[in-house]
Amino acid sequence: MKTICFYFEIHQIRQLKRYRFFDIGSDHYYYDDYANESAITEIAEKSYIPALTTMLEMIKENNGAFKVAFSVSGVGLEMLELYAPQVIELLHEINKTGCCEFLCEPYSHGLSSLASREVFMEEVQRQNRKIKELFGKKPKVLRNSGLIYSDEIGEMAASMGFKGMLSEGAKHILAWRSPHFVYNCATAPNLKLLLRDYKLSDDISLRFSNPKWSEYPLFAETYVDWIASLPEEDEVINIFMNLHALGVSQPLSSHILDFLKAIPACAKDRGISFSTPSEIIDKHKSVGPLEVSYPLSWMDEERDASSWLGNTLQREAFDKLYSLAERISLSDDKKLKQDFDYLQAAENLRFMTTKQNGIITERSIYESPYDAFTNYMNILGDFMARVRAQYPEEIDNEELGALQQMIENQEVEIVQLEAEVESLKNKLAAKTKRAAKAEEKAEQDPAPAKEAKPKKAAKAKK
Amino acid sequence: MKVLMFGWEFPPHISGGLGTASYGLTKGFVQQGDVEIKFCIPKPYGDEDNSFLRIVGMNSVPIVWKNVDRDYVNSRIGAVMTPEEYYRYREHIYGDFSYMHTNDLGCMEFAGGYPENLHDEINNYSIIAGVVARTEEFDIIHSHDWLTYPAGIHAKQVSGKKLVIHVHATDFDRSRGNVNPTVYAIEKNGMDNADHILCVSELTRQTVIHKYHQNPDKVSTLHNAVTPLSQDVLDIVPQKIPNEKVVTFLGRITMQKGPEYFVEAAAMVLKRTKNIRFCMAGSGDMMNDMIRLVAQRGISDRFHFPGFMRGRQVYECLKASDVYIMPSVSEPFGISPLEAMQCDVPTIISKQSGCAEILDKCIKTDYWDIHAMADAIYSICNNESLYEYLKVEGRNEVNQITWENVALKLRKVYEKVMGW
Repeated sequence: MKTICFYFEIHQIRQLKRYRFFDIGSDHYYYDDYANESAITEIAEKSYIPALTTMLEMIKENNGAFKVAFSVSGVGLEMLELYAPQVIELLHEINKTGCCEFLCEPYSHGLSSLASREVFMEEVQRQNRKIKELFGKKPKVLRNSGLIYSDEIGEMAASMGFKGMLSEGAKHILAWRSPHFVYNCATAPNLKLLLRDYKLSDDISLRFSNPKWSEYPLFAETYVDWIASLPEEDEVINIFMNLHALGVSQPLSSHILDFLKAIPACAKDRGISFSTPSEIIDKHKSVGPLEVSYPLSWMDEERDASSWLGNTLQREAFDKLYSLAERISLSDDKKLKQDFDYLQAAENLRFMTTKQNGIITERSIYESPYDAFTNYMNILGDFMARVRAQYPEEIDNEELGALQQMIENQEVEIVQLEAEVESLKNKLAAKTKRAAKAEEKAEQDPAPAKEAKPKKAAKAKK
Repeated sequence: MKVLMFGWEFPPHISGGLGTASYGLTKGFVQQGDVEIKFCIPKPYGDEDNSFLRIVGMNSVPIVWKNVDRDYVNSRIGAVMTPEEYYRYREHIYGDFSYMHTNDLGCMEFAGGYPENLHDEINNYSIIAGVVARTEEFDIIHSHDWLTYPAGIHAKQVSGKKLVIHVHATDFDRSRGNVNPTVYAIEKNGMDNADHILCVSELTRQTVIHKYHQNPDKVSTLHNAVTPLSQDVLDIVPQKIPNEKVVTFLGRITMQKGPEYFVEAAAMVLKRTKNIRFCMAGSGDMMNDMIRLVAQRGISDRFHFPGFMRGRQVYECLKASDVYIMPSVSEPFGISPLEAMQCDVPTIISKQSGCAEILDKCIKTDYWDIHAMADAIYSICNNESLYEYLKVEGRNEVNQITWENVALKLRKVYEKVMGW
C-alpha cells in the first residue's frame, strides 16, 4: 500500500539591517525589527495561519487519516513567539490531534553541519529540548537545514540517537534508484533516510499556479492519480516543502488550499494512506545503503551546497563565522550566543550567491551579492571584535581547545570527586547513624529493662 | 557595404572616450570583411592606424580651386593624403568659398581638439563634408557625436543616402541639466534629420526620447565595448605598495564625473582606516575646488592629485590600484571602468552610468550615496575574497564584451535602415 508523507518546513530568519562599516564597534544591534515584524506577520497571515487551519480541518474531517509533519527552526520559533503567537497556538492544536509529528533541526537553520561537529550537535540538542518542552515529545527524526545530508552528517545524527533523517531524492545520488523507498545511511546503518520526490513536491510548491505549465490547472484527482500510477513496489512518497509555498509562493487565490484539502478523499478512493516520518521508519525496512560523500541539498538544480557556498565570498563569510565557534561555546554571554544563532542562518549566505539560474534570486534588502557580502562582513567585523574582547586572538584555537579539554576533564574529575565525597559522606552518615542507633539502643535498652523490672516484679508479685 | 563616417577624433590623439569608441567600432566592423569605411576627422597627424580604414583629413580637402602641382601637394600633405585624392576632391568643389579663409591649397585649417571657436570649426567641417560626399561612393552615412551632425545632414542632402547618428553623449550629461541652447539646437536638428539614432546606453536613449522628443522607434541602444589590451600593456608590472591600498578615480575632474562624492566617501573611509590612499588622476575645471575640499576634510596626506595622464601612464596607474571608482552623476556610457576591469582592478561605478547596464561583476551605487560608496571601498580593501572575486570575475566578464559583437549589431541596424 502506498503512503504519502507530507512534511513542511517553518522557518524565518532574523533579517539584518543596513550596517555600514562606520557602525563597527559602536552599534551592536544587527537586526531590522520593523522588517522582521512585518515579514513574519505578513507570512503568518498569508500563509501559515490559513494553511495550518486547513490542515487542522483536514485532520478532523478525515478522522485522523490525514497526517503531516513539521519542523520549526529555533530561530523561526523565536520569531513566531514574538510576533505571531497564533501560529504556535495552531501548531499546538494540530499536535493535540495526534496526527502530526515534529521533527528536529539545527536551532539556527544554519550550515554548522558542514563546519563544526560540536556546534551542530549542540544546536540540534538544544532544538530537541525546545521541541520537547513546547510539544511534549522528543523528536526522533532529524532534518538538516536545506535538507543537507552526507554520510558524515548521517553519522552525527545517529550518534545523537535519531532514527531517521530527511533528505533530497537527488538524481546524481540515486541514479537508477527511486526515491520511493526507505534507504539507510552508508556509515550508520541504523539511521534510515526518507528522500524527497522533487518532481511531485515542486509540482505543488513551484509550479502549481503557473499558467504556462503544461499541467496547469492541476487538480487533486490528477495529482493523486500520478501517485497511484507509480509502480506497485513504490510505497513511500515523500512530499516535502516550505510551508510558505502554500500562500506565498503559490498565492491563496490560486486555490492551493482547496487543492490540498481535496487530496485525502482522492487518496482514500485509491487506497493511499498518509504517514508521518516516524511511522514510515518503524514500518518499512531499508532497501539498502545510500552513499553520499559530498553534501546534497534540496536547493537549485545542482542539489548541493553551492547556493550557500558556491563562490569565494560565501566561503570567506562562512569560514570567518565558524572560526569563532570555539570561543563562543566557551562564552556564557547570552547576547553573544544569540547573535551567533542569528548570523548562522543559511539565508545570509544565500543572499550572496552569484549563480545565474534564470530565476530571480530573492535578496532581501540587498541589491547585489556584493552588497549582501559587504553588509554581512561589516556585521561580522563587529561581532568578531566582541568575541575577541572576551577571548583575545593571541590564544589560538588549539590552545583554547586544550583549555576547554582541561576544563572538561576537571569537570569530570569534580563530578567523580563529588561522587566520592558523597559516598564517603553517606558512609560517614551511615556510620554515625549506626553509632547513634547503637547509642540510642544503649540508651533505650536500660529503660525497658527498668520497665521490665516492675513487670518482673509484678510477675514475681503474682 | 561602404560607410562614410564623420568623427572628431581618432587614436592616438584623443581627449576622451569618443576617439576610443570610434576606433573600436570601426575596427570591429571591418572584421566582417565585405565593408569599407572612410572616416573623416578634422585634423589627422599622420600617425593614425589606417591599416583597416581610410582616414580623410578634412583639413586637406580643398573647397577653393587652386592650381598646384603634384610635387607641391605631395610635399605639403603627403603624409595624410595622396595627390590623386586631392585632385579628385578638387574636381567636386560645389560652390564659391573664396570668401572663406583658406590656405595655399584651398583647404581650411583646423585647430584640432576642442578649441574656443568650436562652432566655426563645426561649420567649416560641414562645408567640407559637402565636397567629400560629392566625391566618394558610399551606401550609408554615420555621424559620431553632435560635432559632426551638421556634416552628416549635409552629406545626406547631397547624396540622398540614409543618415545614422551616434549619440555618445548629450548636453544634458555634460551640464547636469543647464543645457547650452546652441548645442541643444545642433543636437536636436541632427536627431530630427537622422534616419536612425544610435545611443551608447539605454540611459542616453531615454534622454534622447524624452529631452529631444524623438520617436522611440527610431532610437536604439548600441552599447560600447573594449579593445583587448596590447601585449606591452599586459607586460606592465603592477607597482604595489605593501600594506597599502590605492583607490583611483581617473577622468576629467568636472561636474559630470561627480568628483566631490569621491572625496566625501574617501573622508569617511579614512576616519576608520589609515592604510588606504586615494588618487584622483586627470584635470578639469573642478580640480582646484577638489584640492580645497580635500584640505578642508583634513585628508591631504592620503589624497593625491597626479594630474592628467595619457597612454601608458593610464595603465600604469590602473595596475597600481586596488579599487577603481567612477561616481559619475551622469555618464552616457563610460569606457574607463571596463579598462580598469581589464587591468584586474575591482570597480565601483554609479548606477547613473550607461556601462552599469552591461556590467555585473562590479559594485554599483547611487552617485549621491557616499555611505554605500565608502562601504564598498572599505569592503574591497578589507575582504580579500571580495577583492579576488571582483578581480577575476570582472576581467572574465569584460573580456566577453567585444567590438566584434557590437559591430554585428551595427550591421543589422544599417541593413534595417537601408531596407536591405
